[in-house]
This record gives sequence, C-alpha cells and structure tokens, in this order.
Amino acid sequence: MIEPIIDLELAIKHGLTEEEYKRILEILGRVPNYTELGIFSVMWSEHCSYKNSIAELKKLPRTGERLLVKAGEENAGLVDIGDGLAVAFKIESHNHPSAVEPYQGAATGVGGIMRDIFTMGARPIAALNSLRFGNLDNPRTRYLMKGIVKGIGDYGNCFGVPTVAGDVYFDDCYNENPIVNAMSVGIVKHSEVARAVAKGEGNIVMIVGSSTGRDGIHGATFASEEISEKSESKRPSVQVGDPFTEKLLLEATLEAIKAGLVIGIQDMGAAGITCSTSEMSARGKSGMVIDLDHVPVREINMTAYEIMLSESQERMLVVTTPENQDALKRIFDKWELNCRAIGTVTNDDKVKVFYQDKQVADVPAESLVLGGGAPVYYREAKEPDYIHKIRNLDFNKLPEPINYNDCLLQLLSSPNICSRRWIYTQYDTMVRTNTMVEIVGDAAVVHLKGTNKALAMKTDCNPRYVYLNPYEGSKIAVAESARNVVCVGAKPLAITNCLNFGNPYKSEIFWQFKESVRGIADACRELGTPVTGGNVSFYNENPDGAVYPTPVIGMIGEINDISKVVSADFKNVDDVIIILGDTFGHIGGSEYLRLYHNKVFGDSPSINLMIERNLQTACLEMINQRLVNSAHDISDGGLAVTLAECSIYSFDKNRQLGIQIDIDTDLRRDFYLFGEDQSRIIISINPENMGLIESIANHYKIYFKVLGKVVKNKFQINNCINFEVADLAKRYNDTLRGKAEIL
Amino acid sequence: MRFEICAETLDPQPFDFAQDKSEIRNQKSTMSHTKQKFGVVVFPGSNCDHDAFYVLKNIFNQDTKFLWHKDSSLEGVDVVILPGGFSYGDYLRCGAIARFSPIMKEVISFARDGGIVIGICNGFQILCESGLLPGALLMNEGLTFVCRYVNLRVENSNTRFTSECNRGDVLQIPIAHGEGNYFADKVTIETLERNNQILFRYCSSDGTVTPDSNPNGSINNIAGIMNEYGNVMGVMPHPERAADPVLGRTDGQKIFRSVINSLMVNENLKNNILVERS
Repeated sequence: MIEPIIDLELAIKHGLTEEEYKRILEILGRVPNYTELGIFSVMWSEHCSYKNSIAELKKLPRTGERLLVKAGEENAGLVDIGDGLAVAFKIESHNHPSAVEPYQGAATGVGGIMRDIFTMGARPIAALNSLRFGNLDNPRTRYLMKGIVKGIGDYGNCFGVPTVAGDVYFDDCYNENPIVNAMSVGIVKHSEVARAVAKGEGNIVMIVGSSTGRDGIHGATFASEEISEKSESKRPSVQVGDPFTEKLLLEATLEAIKAGLVIGIQDMGAAGITCSTSEMSARGKSGMVIDLDHVPVREINMTAYEIMLSESQERMLVVTTPENQDALKRIFDKWELNCRAIGTVTNDDKVKVFYQDKQVADVPAESLVLGGGAPVYYREAKEPDYIHKIRNLDFNKLPEPINYNDCLLQLLSSPNICSRRWIYTQYDTMVRTNTMVEIVGDAAVVHLKGTNKALAMKTDCNPRYVYLNPYEGSKIAVAESARNVVCVGAKPLAITNCLNFGNPYKSEIFWQFKESVRGIADACRELGTPVTGGNVSFYNENPDGAVYPTPVIGMIGEINDISKVVSADFKNVDDVIIILGDTFGHIGGSEYLRLYHNKVFGDSPSINLMIERNLQTACLEMINQRLVNSAHDISDGGLAVTLAECSIYSFDKNRQLGIQIDIDTDLRRDFYLFGEDQSRIIISINPENMGLIESIANHYKIYFKVLGKVVKNKFQINNCINFEVADLAKRYNDTLRGKAEIL
Repeated sequence: MRFEICAETLDPQPFDFAQDKSEIRNQKSTMSHTKQKFGVVVFPGSNCDHDAFYVLKNIFNQDTKFLWHKDSSLEGVDVVILPGGFSYGDYLRCGAIARFSPIMKEVISFARDGGIVIGICNGFQILCESGLLPGALLMNEGLTFVCRYVNLRVENSNTRFTSECNRGDVLQIPIAHGEGNYFADKVTIETLERNNQILFRYCSSDGTVTPDSNPNGSINNIAGIMNEYGNVMGVMPHPERAADPVLGRTDGQKIFRSVINSLMVNENLKNNILVERS
C-alpha cells in the first residue's frame, strides 16, 4: 500500500490542530509517517488525552485514607472496604457511538467499562447506567431508547453481571445526542490487584482475547467531535460487541492474575493497541518493541495503521515474564482465546512498532500520554447570557392548580418520574445472587457473600438544575447520590463521575464545565467522598445546540450490617410519617414547573452542604439504631411525589399502604407539595420510637416535622389530594411501557 | 477466618478442573452419606453456575462440584445441574451448541439410565435441544428479555422435584430470559398434560392461570416440565435465585429440598434393604 503524503492538511483531517502538528514535528525531529500520525491523533484526541479538561479535573479532591490508588493512576478507582477487600469502580460514556448505532454503541459501552474493572483483577459484581434521551413523543427517541436499552441488557445479561441501578431523564436537548454512561463495580482482594504497567526489560508483551479487525478505527477521534448530519457516515467507527468472548476473557484474565502470571495488564478500549502499549510503557517508565505480524487479525490485508488504531473489542494487553509465558498461554487456551506474544518490554522510553519487516513507528511513549507529552489547554470560560434571562421570573404570578389530583397524576406519569420498570425488567438484575431485590428505593444494595456487608450504589444528576446553575446543580448531584445511599442505610464512601458537556471550545460551555467541577469538588470535600476517577465526554451537541450539562455522579456506599438495610416502601399501618429537613417551596427548575407550567426557568434549588451532611449523619444514625421502617429522599416532583412513591412501592409488594396527612403551612400549596428543596428525607417510624428520633434530629440540629400516618389503601393529603393507592400505582407503573411501545 | 470464607464464595469457581478431579477422588472414600453429590456443569458462557453451586453447597450443605464441559466424566454425582447463562453465547440458537459438548454425551446417557438432571433456564433450553425433554423454547412473545419475580403454580407435587410442595401452591421465583416461550406440537402438549409432566405454570398471585400472568407467551402458561420417567426436569424460572434468606424470598428452596429429600429416601431404602439382607 502506498502511504499518503504527510502534511498539515492531513493532520488537520485527523483532528489535530496546526499547533499540535508542529509539536509532533518537534518531538520526533522529523515528519511522522502515516501510522505515527494516526497514533498521535488518537492519543491526543480529547477522548484519550483529556487535554481540555485535565487542568480543571485536578481541582477535584482525589485523596482519602481509604483510596488505594489515585484518580487516573489505574483503569479504575480502588477503595478499601475492610476484610482485605477493595471495591473497584468507574463510570464511562459511550454517547457518540450510541447516537449513531444505539444497540452496539451501548453494548460496547458496557463491555468497555467491565474490562476496566476486571483488568484490575476485580470480579465485576454490579453494573449501573445513567441515560438521557430526547422527547419520548419523537420516534427517533424511541428508536434510540429501545436500541440502547436492548444493547445494555444483551451485553450485561450474557456477560453475567447484574444491572442493578441507574437514572434516566428525558428532555428535548438530548434528541439527537443521547447520553449513555455505563458504570461497573467490582471486588478484589488487596493481594490480587493487577496494575496497568509495563516493566522489566525482556518481559513479554502479549495480546489476548479477540482478534483484531477494522472495526472502530478512529472511534476515539469520532467521540471528540460534535454529532452532525455527517455522523451517520461514522457508523463504521462504532465497535461491535461480543459479550460471550468478554465472559471468557473475564474468567481467563482473573485466573491468570490469581495465578500470579501477570506483571501488568490493560484493556484495549479507545485507540486499541496504540493506547495500551503507550500508556503501559509510560507508567512503567519503559518502552516496548512490538511486531504487528503476530497480532491475530480477522481481516486480510490490514495495514499497520489499521492494526494500531483498531478498536476491536474484548482484547487485553498483558505483560508477563518469559518463564510464565507458557503457563499464561495454557489458561487462555483452556478458555479458547487467543494469547500471542507480540513484543517485549525495553528499558528505553520508546514504543517501536514493526510490521512486515519494516519499522512503522518509533515514538516516545511519554510524549503520547495524559500527564506526559499530551497537550494541556486552559480554555476560556464565559458565563452564558441565558443564565440571567432564565432567572428573571416571578413565580407568584403562576396560576395555582385548580385540581391537585390531576396535577399529581400528571407528575407521576411524567417520563422523568414514572417507574423505570419497562427498562430495568430488560436487564438481569439478580444474576450472581447478591442483589437484595427487596430493597426497593433510592439505591441498589449488593450483598458481599461470606460477609455481613453490602455495598449500596447509585448514579444521579438532575441536568436541569445544572443547566440553570452549574455550580449548585453539580453540588446537588453529589449530595443527592450520597443521600440516596444513606436512605438504604449506607455510609457514602467515594464517587466516580462522568462529565457530559458540549463543545469545550465554546467559552459558555467551558464555563458550565468549570463551574460544575467546582461544585462537585466542594460537595465531595464537605461530604467526605473523594473522586476516584471517571471520564469526560465533550462535544455532546445536537445540530441546534449543546445538551444540558450532565455531570453524572456514581456513588458507592458501605453497609456493615445487612440486617439494617431499609427500603423506601411503607411497612405498617399507623407508622408515623416524618419529614426530615426544612421546606421552603423552591419551585425553580422543578419538574412541576416544566410539566404543569411548561417552563424551564428560575434558579436551581440551593444546597447548604453543612446541613446536608448533618441530615445524612442523622438519618444514618436513625437507621443504624433500627428506628426507621422506610426512608426515601425527596427529589423530582417534590414531597407529594415522594409520598406517592413510598405508597406505590408498598402496593407493588402487595401491602397497599397509603397516607393520611394534614399539612399546615404558610407557603403556597403547590410550592409546598411540588417544590424541590434539597436536604429532605421522608421516613416512616413506629410511633414508640418518636422520642429517640426527636433526640437524634435535635442533636444534629435537623428540622423535622410529623406529617401524618400510614393507612390502608388511601392516599390523602388535606382535602386537596385523594386517591386509592392502586390508581396511583397504575399510572406510575404503566406510563413508560405505554409510551415506549408506540411504534 | 471470616476472610477465608469470603474469598472462597467471592470466586467459588475452581480454576484448575484437572486438579479438582484428583481432590474428588481423594474425598470419595471419606464422604458422608448424608450429603448428596451435585454436579454443576460449566459451559463457556454459563453464568448462573456460581449461583446454583452456592445454594447447594452453602445453603444446603451438599457435596457440590463443578463439571467442566470438555470433560467426559460426571465424577459419580447423584444429580446433574445444567445452569442458566448463555452457553457458547447462545449465538446459533439457545442451547444448540452446548448439546454437542463432550460432557453432554455423558449427561444424556446418565439421564437415560435414570440419573437426575435439572436444567434451569439455559439448562432447560439445552435439555430440549439434546432431546431429553420435548418441545422448544422460543423467543418471548414481547420480544424483549424479561427479568422479574413471577408466580408459579405447582401442578404436580408427586415428583422428586416438587415433593415439598402441595399441588396448587403458589411459589414466587424470578425469571430472567429472552427465550422462554415454551412450545411443542399439540400431541406433545396433550401428552404432557395427560401424564402430569407439567410441574409449574405461570399464574397470578392467587394461583389463577391467566394470560396476563404469562410473561413470555408459553403454551398453557408452562414454566417447567419433566420427562415421562420423572428424572429430568427443565424450568425457566431460577429457583437458585430465591433460596438465600439474606436476599429475601426463599420459595426456590422447596425445589432443591424436594430433590435432596427424595435422594435421602432412596438412600434410606437402600440401606434398609442392605440391613435386612445382612
């Protein structure tokens, strides 16, 4: 094959800037060849280099006494959970591939994040996902949603890891650019943690797993551009997943790591062999000589460029010693997977690549990677004009609803609030028999067999709040995900985040990003939940503008005694219903305002992190003293929706419990019932425990108020809302199926 | 010590099957008679193998082994479990490739000799593909994978798989499948009905068999059947997922307990005969 002439024009076509091309010439001291240009272009793409985000990300709190690796140091974060065990977890985006090829795009998103976890030696025990779709009345949205949900389900179900939790929002701003963030959680013994490092001169570099094809070439570069009409032509940049092979790769990889045969290992995701060879080398301050002739390929006449840039799935790069090479091969043979030596580790810092007896690349590893030679940019940030415009609304001029019953029903059947059952019944939520399925509520609880412990986990982000106020909205995303794990009885441990934003070269977008990171940092510091790692996805734009800024938080919480977990459903007639936290009737940015008044206006709710922390500590103490029969965080739809959910969940468990409450407030009724003030939790308790609840709330200076009691069948608030619980449940449970299954 | 237990149960899959076999041989002589020997077959792509293993070993304290798909010995087990999952990725047709595994030759002759075989979910599909059970499992009527708790009515309690239940009992056990829509020709269905080979049907919480309670469109709401000799059972629902009290519901225990008790009865009978003869 004749290679094209390398010049600035070709570099720009590869997504590089003129400045970046000049730096490549400086680094190499010559013009790169075609393969080298490909290597630099993917490694310096936004997706791999974090060039526009890393300066901001460094402001996040990334240390904590229980963190076993620093954020970004390995493929995923690692947190000590005692008993010699650690939890590895991370969230990652697959938005761009899912926008053009929803099924494979979402499926490979799940596959990629699973590899990030088991490449560390951890067995994945749970998957989560955070999804944002456009307007459900739009047929394109339904097509994307069905494909994405099926893709996530088919991959995770076959791979054999339960998909236990997530969050879903719908808004017009995601019409052409859905958000697909996949999170995986794994468990590993401290002594069996594997590292993504290449070291030891003369050690063997092996490629294991699937063979390499032409799929996904320049996937990382594609993910670093805006979605446009032309994106459809990028379909070949989307990889194709094979969960069966991934399952075999999981078993073989863990077996090899346990047997002590692995010096270093890294999965091949974005930028395939290029990324894994250069990152592993750079981490080990070493180099590699790679011979591409030994890479198992699935297509004929592949060029070096294609092999280096292929993003074929279900592959890993492993470094082992010459003595252990055969033992390693035997394990992969047993699982009928490729395991081929493709090179050796060297003690210079170069990645040298040979193909068909010719040297096709000679690049300093360090120059390619994040934290090394990859560019770092400080982008301009400017507050967008919309921020002031949208806050200028007098809420008191809004008409009060005439019929509160209708209003509540509308909210319960809003796609942003209604049951996600249509989605999650397509996921295997129980395989591995650790999921505590009875814990219906704010977070999933996964038992750790052989211990009395469990992990609670949840993803969260209300993107409307972040749009209205990136700083407060992002603080709320962290606080709410922490509150969610607290409501099942877990102590929040640490987070991973996936920051989905528009084009960072637009200063308004970068302002959103910067403010959002500042919010996450402040909240994580105050709540004691460091950031263990994550992912940034820029260029999430439709032809007519950016998506809402969507910084998704994946929270992990720790439960030391599984007998104390609490679910959100009401349990007994005559239990006392209590609201913890004060209500101010904040209506800006609420689902009620959007749905009933058709307005996305105002400021997001504000949050006082000190009060939030005290609330969480108080609630956790109440749960730990076994004083609480149910706990549910108040979020979208406000107090009325939260109470309805506690009732509906009890209905789903054949208990048919509702409420009888009388509200006495000076606030407007709709603001009180549907406002979305933060730092509030609804609990129900046995009346005998009232005194103890009171003393804990007082000790932490938490406002609390008795609202009423749990009753059979009826759902009654003053004289303005009156239902049979069965009717609420029907609307809540059936809406999404009804909307999704319109052809 | 707690850590040791944890380590084992986190990853109960033995890594070297060859090594495991020698351990089995050593254990045989000392094995207690009160424990039954269960073998859980591991196909590439099995993913409920750990779960069945855990329930039998840790909840019921039975002598439980994994059997590797490439091996051609059942190691003298009393019961073979074909677990759920996606054997060979289920790429051609569910269970269609697994039936050709070396171990399946042994399972088939074991079953033909009266050995007890239980196929759960993908295992049920493999049993149908290999001809040990009649019929086939088609794609769910709704065309999507479905994972949720369902109600099952016990149709025949006079079997070794259901003796701990009463006819008409409603069990809550989860399903998790994309292809669980049981189908067979009219004559076969009539035979199954006539011989009381249908063990479980999907039903409402009060035990009524209704179209609404059928999660996948299976004929006559069939969720589980046995062969005419009563030694091979296939079920789409996962009893192993409703057996650990830590997770909540435990109706699935009744099925495992039935099998264990039926074996113990057999063993007692055998021992009594031996005692009488001596």
